[in-house]
Amino acid sequence: MSFLELQNITKIYPNGTKAVNETSLNIDDGEFVVFVGPSGCGKSTLLRMIAGLEDITSGEISLDGNIINKIDPSERDVAMVFQNYALYPHMSVFNNMSYGLKNRGISKDEINNKVNDVAKLLEIDQLLTRKPSMLSGGQRQRVAMGRAIVRNPKIFLFDEPLSNLDAKLRNQMRLEIKKLQRQMGVTSIFVTHDQTEAMTLGDRIVVINNGVVEQVGTPKEIYSKPNTKFVAEFIGSPQMNLFQCKIENGLAKISDMQINLNNSLNIQDACIGVRPDDILISDQGEYSSSANLVEYLGSDMIIYSSVGGQEFSCKLSSKINLKAGDNFKFNISPSVLHIFDNTSGQRI
Amino acid sequence: MTRYISSSINHCILLIGLLIMIVPVWIIFASSTHSSLFINTNGLQFFLGDNFIENYSRVLFKKSGFFNEITALKMFFNSFVMATGIATLSVITSLMAAYGLVYFKIKYATIIFWLIFITLLVPLELRIMPSYIVMSKLNLVNTFAGLILPISASAIATFFFRQFYKSIPDELLEAAKLDGTSSWRFFIDFLVPLSKTMIAAVFIFMFVFGYNQYLWPLIMTTSEQYWTVVMGLKTMYGSISDRFAFVIMSMIPPVIIIVFLQKLFIQGIFQNK
Repeated sequence: MSFLELQNITKIYPNGTKAVNETSLNIDDGEFVVFVGPSGCGKSTLLRMIAGLEDITSGEISLDGNIINKIDPSERDVAMVFQNYALYPHMSVFNNMSYGLKNRGISKDEINNKVNDVAKLLEIDQLLTRKPSMLSGGQRQRVAMGRAIVRNPKIFLFDEPLSNLDAKLRNQMRLEIKKLQRQMGVTSIFVTHDQTEAMTLGDRIVVINNGVVEQVGTPKEIYSKPNTKFVAEFIGSPQMNLFQCKIENGLAKISDMQINLNNSLNIQDACIGVRPDDILISDQGEYSSSANLVEYLGSDMIIYSSVGGQEFSCKLSSKINLKAGDNFKFNISPSVLHIFDNTSGQRI
Repeated sequence: MTRYISSSINHCILLIGLLIMIVPVWIIFASSTHSSLFINTNGLQFFLGDNFIENYSRVLFKKSGFFNEITALKMFFNSFVMATGIATLSVITSLMAAYGLVYFKIKYATIIFWLIFITLLVPLELRIMPSYIVMSKLNLVNTFAGLILPISASAIATFFFRQFYKSIPDELLEAAKLDGTSSWRFFIDFLVPLSKTMIAAVFIFMFVFGYNQYLWPLIMTTSEQYWTVVMGLKTMYGSISDRFAFVIMSMIPPVIIIVFLQKLFIQGIFQNK
């Protein structure tokens, strides 16, 4: 049983940069939480503070109810998988995995058993005598995971561990990480800048921007009900279309395109978001535009178009016959719209 | 065709260089296997004679020096102890100094490093008086410790190790920290094995440096029991072939060290790849 509590965590670097600002978060036992955000948003810093590799400027981190702010990384009982794996280059795979156990004074027999069990689980039992330089990227990744698993820590921390792998391997490892985490039930935090990874892996996603938590929720919540404009844009691929507009008596005006929102909102500076796959193309469509560019993706295609100078994209089945330059008609249902205040970026 | 010619020319140049290096040594070696009388009458020899064992064993065990107190064998022993001591201590001190400078959050680490580096501008010859005074106050004149200690800290080795440590990614330290390693264990389990190749290089360099010391042992020793090979070369009296034999033998220890460690050095390079 291990649950993690972050309370008003702030990190200010000596040069005055505020990397993390007043972040509070509870992570339950066995939960898989993903920190996602653009590069430099402070997600890695937050993870490193949990690991104890970075000092906390203010706030409290507690693990199982005990405050661990001042506790040495080695005594926090957390394991971390690094972006570049950080395998010990001069040690064999076996020694890489057993080093942490040795330092904890565990007997040789037990170390052997544990390492062999984990190696079997990760299918690296044939590689135990090799040095990291003799392994492929995927194998290194497994060893790095093995090194974390073998210690049986309270929390797993993953710092963008998949970003050095090629696309195919990344998908495969993503699945394996998810499976392993389910199987072992260890509380895990995964940091990534890739929203697909975040959506597929996380039980809950924490979207971070400029050191501030923008939204915490299940992948579904985050996707279907983004709290801010930033989350709306960041989550989902292709990204959500955002139209700057004026709303008068529930009527959103995007140049000559008018959408009835079925309410009585009045906002001077609003922003309306609609997911590319929520734009329905049909001959009976209310609005029309022309396709500037068509991207063929196999089963789907993405059409890039614009209305009143504002660009948007829509995703549809590639069975529909549409070429660049063609005119098309489309419909947007008011129920799929996300309305944001353009200045504060908050959802309305 | 042009490639063949240019490669031939290259090889010729290399061959000439090789001969320039090797021939004098060979002549000394060949001459050292003849009797002194033969050399005195016939000049330097290019071909081997038949006095090899006789000459070399005589040189090794003959008492020499001003007071006839020391044999060449003892000089080799002294030189070996001094050179090994200097090389070992330099490796240890510079490894540790670099570790401290890079990994401990010392406030003025860069300034301290440059202060260490500046000592390169102050060679032993320049600080020979104060060094001697310190050693004599510590009662270390005529001891191996006195011969070794003042030259057993190397700024250049510290510099090499520091640059190497700086190139080691921080994640390695962080991963090790999470694995529960202590500062000392990180040094022993990680930095020392990772710098194996560099240790070999520094060891070779410092061994030869220590072996070649002349002025310092000359000043630090009044007893002939502490004479080194290089001092012996200067003061060795005896027949011409004995001196040649001594010269040849004096080259052997550094050559052995270089050949032996070079192997390890190359091994290390391939291991890290």
